Amino acid sequence: MRYLPLTPSDRQAMLGVIGANSIDDLFVDVPAAARLDGPIRGLPNHASEMAVERHFSTLARKNMTASEHPFFLGAGAYKHHVPASVDHIIQRGEFLTAYTPYQPEIAQGTLQMLFEFQTQVARLFGCDVANASMYDGSTACWEAIGMAGRITKRSKAILSSGLHPHYVSVAKTMARYTGDTLNTALPDLTAKTDSARLLDAIDGETSCVVVQYPDILGRIEDLSAIAAKAHEHGALLIAVVTEPVALGAIKAPGDMGADIVVGEGQSLGVGLQFGGPYVGLFACKEKFVRQMPGRLCGETVDAQGKRGFVLTLSTREQHIRREKATSNICTNSGLCALAFSVHLTLLGEKGLRGLAQLNHALAVQAADRLTQIAGVELVNDSFFNEFTLTLPKEARPVVRALAERAILGGVSLGRLYPGTDALSNGLVVAVTETATSEDVETFAAALQEILA
Amino acid sequence: MNAINQSGWKPEMGKAGETAPATFTGNKALMLDEALIFEIGTAATTGVDLADAPKGTARLGNLERHRDIGLPGLSEPEAVRHYTRLSRQNYAIDLGFFPLGSCTMKHNPRLNEKVARMAGFADVHPLQPVETVQGALAVINELAIWLIQLTGMHGVAMTPKAGAHGELCGILCIKAALAARGDPRSVILVPESAHGTNPASAAFAGFSVENIPATSEGRVDLAALTARLGPDVAGVMITNPNTCGLFERDMREISDAVHAAGGYVYCDGANFNAIVGRVRPGDLGIDAMHINLHKTFSTPHGGGGPGSGPVVLSEALSPYGPLPYTARHADGHYTLIEEESAEECHPHSFGRMTAFHGQMGMFTRALSYIMSHGADGLHQVAEDAVLNANYILRSLEDVLEAPFAHSGPCMHEALFSDDGMADGFSTLDIAKGLIDEGYHPMTVYFPLVVHGAMLVEPTETESKATLDQFIGALRSVAQRAKAGDPSLKSAPHHAPRRRLDETQAARKPVLVWREPEQAIAAE
Repeated sequence: MRYLPLTPSDRQAMLGVIGANSIDDLFVDVPAAARLDGPIRGLPNHASEMAVERHFSTLARKNMTASEHPFFLGAGAYKHHVPASVDHIIQRGEFLTAYTPYQPEIAQGTLQMLFEFQTQVARLFGCDVANASMYDGSTACWEAIGMAGRITKRSKAILSSGLHPHYVSVAKTMARYTGDTLNTALPDLTAKTDSARLLDAIDGETSCVVVQYPDILGRIEDLSAIAAKAHEHGALLIAVVTEPVALGAIKAPGDMGADIVVGEGQSLGVGLQFGGPYVGLFACKEKFVRQMPGRLCGETVDAQGKRGFVLTLSTREQHIRREKATSNICTNSGLCALAFSVHLTLLGEKGLRGLAQLNHALAVQAADRLTQIAGVELVNDSFFNEFTLTLPKEARPVVRALAERAILGGVSLGRLYPGTDALSNGLVVAVTETATSEDVETFAAALQEILA
Repeated sequence: MNAINQSGWKPEMGKAGETAPATFTGNKALMLDEALIFEIGTAATTGVDLADAPKGTARLGNLERHRDIGLPGLSEPEAVRHYTRLSRQNYAIDLGFFPLGSCTMKHNPRLNEKVARMAGFADVHPLQPVETVQGALAVINELAIWLIQLTGMHGVAMTPKAGAHGELCGILCIKAALAARGDPRSVILVPESAHGTNPASAAFAGFSVENIPATSEGRVDLAALTARLGPDVAGVMITNPNTCGLFERDMREISDAVHAAGGYVYCDGANFNAIVGRVRPGDLGIDAMHINLHKTFSTPHGGGGPGSGPVVLSEALSPYGPLPYTARHADGHYTLIEEESAEECHPHSFGRMTAFHGQMGMFTRALSYIMSHGADGLHQVAEDAVLNANYILRSLEDVLEAPFAHSGPCMHEALFSDDGMADGFSTLDIAKGLIDEGYHPMTVYFPLVVHGAMLVEPTETESKATLDQFIGALRSVAQRAKAGDPSLKSAPHHAPRRRLDETQAARKPVLVWREPEQAIAAE
């Protein structure tokens, strides 16, 4: 077997040193009834590299890929062009095959990268500090709600109806076990968000208000009033960003008063990957740092006074605090954080702003084109690279009909909110720099035909 | 063999050397320091060429960002060099032996990377119509079947994002199962040697955590455990093989006792590599066990993640597993069971624990690894992993105290303590000494049940020659620690950094970079 270096004579020699007659002697502590004497029956034996590759190629061909088709899906995962050098760098063995940097003298590469990543995320979100990543946006969102509970010692969270329904679902699952109360609502297909509902609901028992920005329908609204009201009542504002490229064009949530900003970093560097692995972003005000979940990288010096980096404030974490830790998280999303950071470094301020402007301008053009179709209306007044259309009929079958024509034409609200009639004609369309004007035209023509 | 000098240092070797002069840059040939992107990049530099945005009226709701974000950019050559130079300050499994106990740092096959990058898996969106992602769903389903077969369990939850997320999944299944029968049990028993994630996961779900003592042999004390069982105990979380590197001989009895008392058995599968293909946890009465795909099934650790933690479930707990999951129909067609169809297909699910379908990129890699080995190869994996660990244990027990070695063989990892070191010398010094020898240290100070623990896990992907050289190096470092060699106290001497001041880092946390003026102003 190509991954196993020991030879039969090595094994014999090693058994001799150990003083065992056979390998079975080493498994003597396993009860005989549970010990398998040979390979598990009914499963295939080892396969060559070529055979394995062939199997995967066959399965891969059964999927419709984003790059080879007109593609307009978003709703929490976005298709952006990832520079070739990003993948090259994350495949360097020194990054790819390193462990968590617990031995900092020989892990400065990962640690310095994390320090840079934390700074990039904090600046992008308009926050003081950020951590070294979470699993994904949805789990980061729940962790933020938990953190707000610890800070305020309250357990009532108000969730905007514009929060991604899967994020709401995750929060509901977790809240059922922690005893938190979640005030939730379904979105309306209107240009205005439900900020009035949120403002109304905030009271002295509220731990936090959770608002997605831009929201699930693509709408963008100023968070300042919600922040002010929340703070007035001793509650926190948590902003959730599922499309960080937007922050190259619009104000950072931290600059509008958000106390904790979390997000999904998949947009930069990571790619679609059918939903994972992604990278959860987590930033907050400095005064809350000791309540943060996850790993933190900090600057220090070595014994000769040279600058270096270490994992720090680990007394928050499970390996020290066990059942009293701020979270049970251990493994994070380090390599995806690297991909995010490299992509953002390649873009820089200029590139991110240019990319954001390009996304927005293309989305505006696409929205204008698609709303020329009879019966198709734009819900949004404001949006970044994603907007919601109402169709004259149920959107979900339309998406399937588009797929039959080899067009991946957005995410239907029927998929996101099954069984909600008021939303079933809604279609969320994302337009990034990867969509060509031909793609938009192909999409529009097919949509027109299907709706006719 | 990966050192020129195979027979050890000889006194004459160092005599011809003279003191190296300081360099202008501070670099030392291939030892290159690297500034931060904030010190070398500029706001005007970019490594990405973009089309100009077409003209039009912005519809950003009057929320245009005017203030600078403060993101430095690098051109592509500068960026590639920056990260390449950083990478060279990392130790990695590709560079050498990485015997971190309980972390299973095995070779990461590049075939896995290749298949994960096939456009059919890497370039598909999680919310595409299921008709357009049949191949992706097939991968998830095929891996699920392998995991069920390898563990002898009834079902598997594929969505957990990492080991600790998997623990949470298992604990929530237990909580849901108890709720379904209206049973308010509130205590989870955890051995003292458990990973910190175990009590943290149990506590998250509102359980109180109680420790179970170990025997002098390093195993769960069956009598003490049985005595504690009762109507308030929801279950136990046991790592098997445990973090002392030992198989819990009484696992079946533990499971039977817990079940008889109305509780459930969670197994931390972090150490599954020791028994994969040789022992099926389902045969030991386990109700739930997470499998770290980034350990046993070779998906890369990536400097701390991403991981993936599918959870295999017994018949009793399977009904409570999370959404979504994939279902294969008789005609070979796959569907996704999400909230929409849950009431009909999976009514007792505890719900969703992450946005999408789990770590697809890890599923492809793990399946590639599993298919490459097959049933016969995986059987060999466990054998070689255990053989390598025992070889290290028996080759070093004369120089390092091995607290449980008398009780028999170890499984996949060898545990030593710092007993017998000279005054003032500890496990940390041995670890740092190993760095100078060109190794990543073993896991240190874990498990907590052994003083100055050193946990060595070689895995099956190391050759005998590599082990022999490591044994020689660790022997040499241990002897220095016993003799009180002062130079060991300041090791490492040859790494990119000397020992770092972790106390200062925690006392005055600097977690982001600030412009020097700003930094001064803040003080």
